[in-house]
Formats: sequence, structure tokens, C-alpha cells
Amino acid sequence: MVRTPRTALAIVVAALVYLATTAVTKAAPAPEGRTPSVERGAYLVRIMGCNHCHTPYKLGPAGPEPDMVRALSGHPADFALPAPPALDGKWTWLGAATNTAFSGPWGTSFTANLTPDPETGLGRWSAETFIATMKSGRHEGKGRPILPPMPVENLAALSDSDIRDLFAYLQSLPAIKNRVPAPIDPPEAVR
Amino acid sequence: MSTRQLRAPAVTLALLSLATAWGVSRRAPGLRAEEEPRPPLRLSETGLYEAGRPGVVAAANRAFSPQYPLWTDGASKLRWVYLPPGTTIDASDVHAWRYPVGTRFWKEFAFGGRKVETRLLWKATPEHWIAASYVWNEEQTDAALAREGGVPGIAEVAPGRRHSVPSRADCAACHGTPHAPLGFGALQLSTDRDPNAIHGENLAPGMLTVATLVAEGLLLPARPELVSSPPRIRTENPRTRTALGYLAANCGACHNRQSAITANLPPLGYADVVLDPDAVAQSLVGRATRFQVPGVREGESVAVDPEHPDASAVLARMRSRRPTSQMPPLGSVVRDQEAVDAIAAWVASDLARGHRTAALR
Repeated sequence: MVRTPRTALAIVVAALVYLATTAVTKAAPAPEGRTPSVERGAYLVRIMGCNHCHTPYKLGPAGPEPDMVRALSGHPADFALPAPPALDGKWTWLGAATNTAFSGPWGTSFTANLTPDPETGLGRWSAETFIATMKSGRHEGKGRPILPPMPVENLAALSDSDIRDLFAYLQSLPAIKNRVPAPIDPPEAVR
Repeated sequence: MSTRQLRAPAVTLALLSLATAWGVSRRAPGLRAEEEPRPPLRLSETGLYEAGRPGVVAAANRAFSPQYPLWTDGASKLRWVYLPPGTTIDASDVHAWRYPVGTRFWKEFAFGGRKVETRLLWKATPEHWIAASYVWNEEQTDAALAREGGVPGIAEVAPGRRHSVPSRADCAACHGTPHAPLGFGALQLSTDRDPNAIHGENLAPGMLTVATLVAEGLLLPARPELVSSPPRIRTENPRTRTALGYLAANCGACHNRQSAITANLPPLGYADVVLDPDAVAQSLVGRATRFQVPGVREGESVAVDPEHPDASAVLARMRSRRPTSQMPPLGSVVRDQEAVDAIAAWVASDLARGHRTAALR
């Protein structure tokens, strides 16, 4: 069989069209048909104030400020805390100096490491797991409730598309190894 | 062959490629919010009962009883399934069945002899299961659709402990997989039932089993082996069989091979415990967990510690009924003491023996 250059070109074009379009499909897992935007995710993180609790604060020249070297890596494992002081009922909750640990009627909660470290952060999470977490207010969408002061009701109102952008940005961060402690039940609950 | 003749199939190929690529990349048509099927407002409208005869379950709805029930604070539970006439369950994966559109499951929960809620799982479209719960009225004549956020504290189940109707988000937390029903499957409906199953229920006459499903041609493929060799957790140790059956029903819905969760626990799904139960049992021993067991040195917590059963993370989480640490994480506010005792005894005797034997090798 003799193939003319034009015929060969048509076959090549066909193959390229097929490969290109299916490759786009594989690179765009979002059901909304839009590739998640790291830039928009960064914007959302900024306006939603994620750094306020998930980035440890340090004392700077102008007072407490987020330590961006440890951006979004959660409560520092090396920042050991004593048992929280007893509260009098009018003050019902308090926060650690890093603004990454909080104590109240729910016990003591520590903010999560949101960087893509596979062992201590979100490195092994999928976008679907992250969406399920935000929508359900439960760890990995199935486990324990996410504790105060995380604004779970607000986050549940995010669109899947917004959450995918957030996740794309978080996954683009440098991985920081920091094993955040598990939450601690209030003393009266330990039995 | 002329150039024109050659060019025609090439152009056809290009068009086919475009069409195929379009078909692959086009996302499945999603439903707009207003198009999503909605659960009926009353239980009596869901098809559970015969028309005009409240409380009389329609003959098309078949009762069943899983051999390893999920713990729900000691609730008495009744369950039914409806399969549209002429349809079959896709049993290609023997431990992960897929259901035809129109399938409905109901589970009725009663405490102290009073019906409290009935939950509905309805496969309304090829991709969507509708989950809803109905709260029974005082007269026990019908139940009304619970609000989306659930109904907290609806019935006292122990002093100071109250049962809550789950929110739909919590329904999805457990059932939100492609295989939404959890207690209906080959192992749970086996005719080779575990006589020691924790909180095991009697199989009443007429209840569906794998044998009736096969006999009535309701599985595709037909799966006659489920009758000739009924599914069972095959181990020579009956306590291991019972313990793994309980863990599969109460933990395996999340802790299984297909799950995306990152918890460091061996897979405990039905397929996992049936495949090699003794290996699954031993894999729990000494397995490091992220969960910090109270009183155990930081970083040294393990799923099962046969030398110190009380220090096992599995038992610590079964004992806890705090939302932050209890397992399962939802659906229960009262410790399952019978199960805690049974699993603790199994850890202390059978797993400890296996652990010591392995250490001597």
C-alpha cells in the first residue's frame, strides 16, 4: 500500500488529536472540567485566614506574626504545652502562644499540618478526601469531628471547585515534616 | 488504490478520533440541584408498606439480617430491601455488589420497644444514592422525613446518653461509596452463619440469604459457589472468626483495601477478612498507630498489644465514646461492652499465643 504525504499527515493529525484530547482529560481530574488553580487556591487561603491558625505565630518586632518558614505546617510538634489552666466559666476557651493549639469544653485541639508531607501532612490525601473533609466536618470525611475553632460550617459551604483550588495550592507548598499531636479529651471525659 | 481512496479512511480515522476523544473527555451529565431526586416526606410514601395498610410491609420488600450486625447502642433493628422486578445485582466483585437503579434499603431502629427512626437508602440514578431518615411519630403510625442536619438526642438509650438521627452528611460519611449498602453482601448473608457472632440475630423464615438470591437468579453472574461453599471467615479458631466478623462489620466499612483514608490499620473489609483471616489477625499485633493511647509512651501506641490488651489502640477506641477518640466515630454513644470484653479476651489469649509462637520461631 502506498501512502501519500497528505494521507500520512491526516493519520498523524488524527493520532495527535486523540492523544492531545485524552491527555487533557487525564490531566484534568476535576469533574467540573476545570483544571484546579494553584493561584486561586493561594488567594482563597489568604482571604479565608488559614494561616491564622495553621501557621505557628512567633514574636516579631511588631508583636506576634505568622512564622512563614513553617507556613501551614500546623501546631509545632516541638512546642510542648502544659495542661491548660482551669477556666472560671466566664472565660470558656483559650489559645496557645503559637495560635495553633486551643482548649475549651471540647478538650484540646491542635491545628493540622496542611503541607504535602506524606507522613505528617496531606501528602497521601486525594482531592476527594480533602473535599469530603471540608464538606462533612469530619477527619478524612469519615473519622472524628474536626474540632473548634475550625469554622466547619463555613467551609462546608465552599464549592467543590473552590476546595480543589485550595487543595492544589496546599499540595504545591514545600513539604514540612511536623507530626501534630492528636486532640486531647477534656479531663472529665477520660475514663 | 488512489490517493482519494486512501485519504477517505484517514479522514474517517481523524473524525473517529475526535469523536472518541470527545466521548472520553465529556463529563457525565450532572444533575442540577433542582433535578436531584428527593426523598418522600413520609415513610409511608417510600414504598415500604402496602398501599393503604400502614405498618404492613409490602411483599416485594424482602427482610434480611446480616450475621455480624453493626453496633447501634443496642437498638433492635429490622431491615428490608427492594429490587425492581426483572433486575439483578451485579456481583462481579463478590464482596462489592452493585445495585440496579430503583433499589431501596430500609433499616428500622427501635429502642425499648418503640420505633425511633427508619433510614432509607435509595439508588435513584446510576450515580446517586439518596440517604434519608424518618422519625416516628408518638402514635407509631408513620414517620416524617428528618431534616438534613439530623435530629440530635431523640431518644435516651442509657442514663444520660441519647441516640441522634444522623445528618445526611453523616450518612454519606459511612455510605458514601459506590457500594452504598454496608450490611448486605456475600459474607453477611451467608447461610454458614457464625453461631458466636456478637449481637447475632436469628435468621427468621423467609429472610434473604445468598442461597435465596442465587436460587431466584438475583445475582449476575449467578454465583452458584456461594451456595456450594457459603462465604465464611475460614480459620480454625472460632474466636478469631467471631472477632474478625465484628471488626469487619464495625470497622471495615472505612478500614478496607479500597478506602482512601490514611489510618494505619490493616484492611478489615469483608473481602480482607475472608481472604486470609489469620494473617489479618496477626497483622494487628504490634502495628504502630498514630492514635496515642492514654498512658502509653508517645510514639509507642500499637493497634493490638497482646501483652497489655488494655493498652491496645483498637480496644481504647472501642471503649471510648468521646467523639474525638471513639470508634466507629459516629452512630453510637454507648460503649459496646460485650464486644470490648470479647475482643479483649481474644487479644489476651489467642493473639498473645500467636504472638509468642511467632517470637519463638
